[in-house]
Order: sequence, then structure tokens, then C-alpha cells
Amino acid sequence: MALIERYQKTTDISYWEGQIPMSYIYTVGRAGEKFFREMMNGRIFGAKCESCDVTYVPPRTYCEKCFARLEDHYADVGGKGTVHTFTECHEAYDGTKKQKPSIVAMIRIEGTQGGIVHWLGETHFKDVYIGMSVEAVFKAKKDREGGILDIKYFRPIK
Amino acid sequence: MRRVAIVGAGLTKFVRYAQETPKELAYEGVRMALDSCEMKLSDIECVVHGTAPDAFDGVHMKGEYLSDASGAYRKPYMRHYVGGGTGVLSPIHGWFHVASGMFDTCLVVTEEKMSCAYPHPAGAFLTIFDHTTEQPLYPTLIWIFAIEMNRFMTTHGYRKEDIALVAVKNKKNAIDHPSAQLAAEITVEDVLNSEVMAWPVNRLDISPTSDGAAAIILAAEHVARRVTEKPIWIDGVGWALDTAYWCTRDLYYPDYVEVAARQAYKMSGIREPSKEIHVAEPYDPFTYKELHHIEGLQLCKRGESVQMLVDGVTQRTGNLPCCPSGGALGVGNPIAATGLMKIIEIFLQLREEAGKRQVPGKPTCGLAQAWGDLMQVGTVVVMRS
Amino acid sequence: MEITEKDVAHTTSKLRFDDIKKGKVLSVKWEPKLNYAWDNGPALGRYLAELKNGRIIAKKCDKCHRTMLPPRMFCELCWRPTGRWVYVRDTGIVNTWVVSYVDWKAGRLNIEGGVRPFTPAIIEIDGTSKGMGILHLLDEVDPWKISRGMKVKAVWKPVKERIGAITDIKYFKPVK
Repeated sequence: MALIERYQKTTDISYWEGQIPMSYIYTVGRAGEKFFREMMNGRIFGAKCESCDVTYVPPRTYCEKCFARLEDHYADVGGKGTVHTFTECHEAYDGTKKQKPSIVAMIRIEGTQGGIVHWLGETHFKDVYIGMSVEAVFKAKKDREGGILDIKYFRPIK
Repeated sequence: MRRVAIVGAGLTKFVRYAQETPKELAYEGVRMALDSCEMKLSDIECVVHGTAPDAFDGVHMKGEYLSDASGAYRKPYMRHYVGGGTGVLSPIHGWFHVASGMFDTCLVVTEEKMSCAYPHPAGAFLTIFDHTTEQPLYPTLIWIFAIEMNRFMTTHGYRKEDIALVAVKNKKNAIDHPSAQLAAEITVEDVLNSEVMAWPVNRLDISPTSDGAAAIILAAEHVARRVTEKPIWIDGVGWALDTAYWCTRDLYYPDYVEVAARQAYKMSGIREPSKEIHVAEPYDPFTYKELHHIEGLQLCKRGESVQMLVDGVTQRTGNLPCCPSGGALGVGNPIAATGLMKIIEIFLQLREEAGKRQVPGKPTCGLAQAWGDLMQVGTVVVMRS
Repeated sequence: MEITEKDVAHTTSKLRFDDIKKGKVLSVKWEPKLNYAWDNGPALGRYLAELKNGRIIAKKCDKCHRTMLPPRMFCELCWRPTGRWVYVRDTGIVNTWVVSYVDWKAGRLNIEGGVRPFTPAIIEIDGTSKGMGILHLLDEVDPWKISRGMKVKAVWKPVKERIGAITDIKYFKPVK
């Protein structure tokens, strides 16, 4: 007998449905705590490695290049940056069609090597270009919760 | 094959809830390992990462996520995974890289953050069972181990009160371990009176849920001699898997551990393990597992491990100290990091740098072992000074 | 080197769950929604279909002559395709068992509230080769009177409730 037995009727093919029923709570970590607490104040923070001359945004506890500890080198990097690259999304994360497309950009914060992926707002897809100057628009202070959504989106600097 | 030595080690404290992200934990382990032998990240030629299911940290493709924190920025990097056996497969995996001649140094990193899984990481285990024939019965890992413990006990006529001595020994040993999460002076009665999880397993028969990371640095002989005066050699390695149809095995004995151990012993020229191994770190996520593994490792005959325990042979001051670190039961059990913690313990014991945990008699040959996957993998490393 | 308290002191910040829950440290919650439909394949497909009929079917290896349960398309020991399908009985013996006070999430059953501990077991089905156990539950038995080698028999769901699943057998109960 062959390894594969042929199905005589395709209606014999059966399947079993199931899930991976997990949920998670992630702490944001030491560097994340600094990043998001400052974000609640309307500030974007990074971490600078002096010897590699790199500023990471979001900040990290370590430099990935030389492994120096960066916990004493957090710094305000301002809220401005440029569009490194961008796209317009018509599909949501799960592959379903979005009702309204959104513009997603990777934003290089000024003076850093860090990139933040976020939405672009107050603009149109046809007006966006690589190298465009943008700034963070924060939620109203009372609505900030210490998460990446405390930034509503980035918008072009007029 | 070239000789490979462990030259440095780092270990975080093991805790139930860490604030640190998995990356930050891994960084702390690696930072300490580099500092321990005064090496820089630029001295590292390749990186090996061991971490158990993605479902614990809740990060899909956890290996990639952890790579920069493991010092793998623009370096050759590989992640492997054999469940609970991962932590001892990690140094074996690193050993290949150096023994083969491909690299002179290899950083081996293990990390686990189990507290992310909510409400309890046990839920992650539901999906390791066959999804049609077993999962609909809602198996939990605890009763799977209890089922194995029962078979082990009834085959040999072991008593629960004797097996409980493993928890008493290991949690006490852990008092001297700076990273320990569950060090305590307890009695057999405490174990027997702790809540029943799944008979015959009580609360104190089980290792805790933990967050933590560990790292070691491997080097080829010419580098090792330069870096340290006390290199510890990886002298034998072995690993094996049994069938994944776990219900068709006789659970009273871990054949896969025996196969792995014999492979490692052959490589290391060991004929009488119980005499030639001076100190051992068998994997002890449950009390009975230490005994189960001691039998599989040929450190005693089948059915004699409890007598060995009762006689004090496996105490830190006994003839064959087992889990002098405090093991998973005492130090904690951040799965992959636990296996490497055991390797680090043997490394320190053979260098006579284990401090208050040091076993007497200048040990020169030690062994660490872990176990995992669907209760089917054995991983063994024999080390010599 | 020796790893000391001082070395590990700064490596992890020890929290309590309350610190996270009450927002002393920031955190993010996530519930992945992962749903699957796994094809049963020919071996398990037939196994489940036969369970719906109230029968247990196994498969034989022509080389090592093992009668295997659950049935599989290849013999993992001989590494060759398996041969004949054979019906086996719905009786067997207890290989090993456990008295569980926890659910699958390691949450404690409400024993004080009257929930009874349940008793999963590995059962060697009559007609299969020695040691060929399957995982199932025991019931209609005092958990403390279960013994190794005890003879048990499947208790099936009523025909119209069966869906072609391992749970078409409700549990196994002792028989004389």
C-alpha cells in the first residue's frame, strides 16, 4: 500500500477546528518605562551610545553594536522627523478590507537612527513624499495612557 | 573536532514577575557573561540562542526578536528549540560551531519570560498535544507529569514522602544561590501538606513560573587558554528524542535520556558514570524528575534512585551531589535559561568558584541534563576541568 | 569569578502582579486571535469517523506487527507505510492515572464548592499491541480506588450526540 491512501470521496475529508487560547500582559520594560512615561508628557525620548555615535528611538537599555549600557543616557529627541518610507494600507492586520485606507509611515526622528512606525494624518496619500518633514501630534493629556497610541499620528510640518 | 571550552558565564536573578522585557533580560545575562571573562562583543564570532515556545514570551519569532539583545547584530545567529531540553541543547549547538572549526568563539544565550502569558503559562501547553486525539480532553501539563510520576512510583514502589525529599534538598541548596527565586528551608511534611495539584503532584513538587536569562561564552582551545586560566571543557554531548506518541511509551523510564547520556559518555570515555561523574545537575522541574533522570543517566540502577536520595548520596556533601545549585525547584525555572543555569553551575563547581554551594573533593568531571518537548527529549553535556 | 548577590542584584526588577495590574509599571495587553482548521488526514480522519459509529479502529504495521492506536499512516519505528485497518475493542486496562485538582490553565477546581477532581488516565486498549495507550478520562469510580491494570470500558455518548471526536467516548469506567 502506498503511503498516501487516496480518498474515494472528497466528502470524507474531515478537519478539526481549534484555537491557541492565550492572552498576554507585557510590561514595557526599563527603557520602555522611560519612553512611555515621557510620552505621557508629550515628549519623545531616545538613548544615546556615545562611542558608536548612535541614538536609538525608542530608547533601549543597551547598544546593540557595542553592548554598552545606555540606561544613564536617555535624552529628549524632540517630536520632529522625516518620512523614511511610507505606504497606504487598504487591508487591516488580519487581512480584512479596511473601510478607510490609512497612511503608514516609518518616521526617522531628527538626529537619531531610530524609526517609529506610525500613521500620518492631516494629509493625503498623493501629497506624501520620502523626506517630508513631520511632527508628532499627541492625544489630549488626559487621554494619554503610556502607550504608542498616545501619539495620534504624525503630520506634515507646514 | 576541536576542543571547546566554556570561558565565561552570566545569569540574571530568576523572578516570578520581571519588569524587564525579554530583550532586557537577555542583555543582562550576556553583559555579565562578557564581563566575567573580560571579552567584548567584538570578540564574539557567532551567537546561538535557545528559548522555549514563542507562546511564553508571547512574541512570535522570538528568536529574531531577541537577536540584538543577544549580541547577534550582524553576526551569524541561530535559534533552536526543544522545549524544556533547550537550555542544555544550547551549549551543544554552540559546541558544533566551535568544534567544527567554523568559529573560534560563540556566545550562547537563553531567555524565558513566562510571566507575559496570562493568566498562567500552563495554558500555552494545551496546544502541544495532538489537536484531534488529545486536546479535546483539555490536558494540562501538570497532570501529564503527574501521570508519569504515578507510573514511575507504581513501577518501583516508591513513596511520595521519599520523593518529596528532592524538594527539601533542592530548595535548601538554593538558599546559597544568588539568583534563586524559591529558596527555602522546608520539610517533607510541608511538601505533603501543600495543596494537591494533580495527585501525586503537590504544589511543592513543582518548580515555579519564572522570568530570567543565562549566557555562556564558548571558545576554541587557543582562544580559551588566552582568555582564562581555568577553561572548563565540553567533553561529551548527547541528545535524543523518543516518539511523539507519548501514550505508547512506558513512562516509568526515560529511554531518551539514556540514549543521550550514552552518546555523551562514549564521547567522553566514561564507562562507569556513577563513579566518574563527580557532580551532576539533572533537570528537576518536578521532584520525581530528578530521580527519573538520575536513573536514565545511569547514575544508579533502575529503581535505586530513591534509596540514593534517602541515603544522602545526592546531597551537596554526598558522594554524587545532584542539583547543588538548587535546581529548577529552588533557583526557578525560566525554561531555556534553567538548562543553561545548570551548565553554569557545573562550570562554577569545576572551577571551584561556586562559593557556599561548592561541593567538596575538587570535582573534575560534571554533567548537566535537561528534558523537554512532549516529555520526549533528553539533552546531556559532560564537562571536565 | 563567582556569581554573587551583588552581580545579580540589578539584573531583574522583582515585581508583584499587583504592580502590573495597578499600573505601577506600564504594560500592554494582547489577546492573539488565532483560529485554525487542521486537516485530519486519512488515518485520524477514519479514526474519528469510526468513533462516531461507536467503534475504535487501529492500524497494523506489516513489519513489526504492532497494532497501533491512534492509527497512523506510517510506522514511526519501522519507518514504512502501515498496512491493514483493524477494529479493536472498547475495553482496556489502566496504564497510569492522575487525580487532578486543576484545570487546563492550572487554575484550581472549586473543590470546596463541590466540584469533583477528575481522573485522566492512559488506557491500553484491548486488541492493540502492548503499551499502546491512549489518553482519556476515567469516571464512575472512586478516584482513590483506581489501580494500575484495572479493567475499564468506554462509555459512549448517545449516537445522535456524536460528532466524530475523541470526546464521543465520554469516559472509561471500571468493569469486572
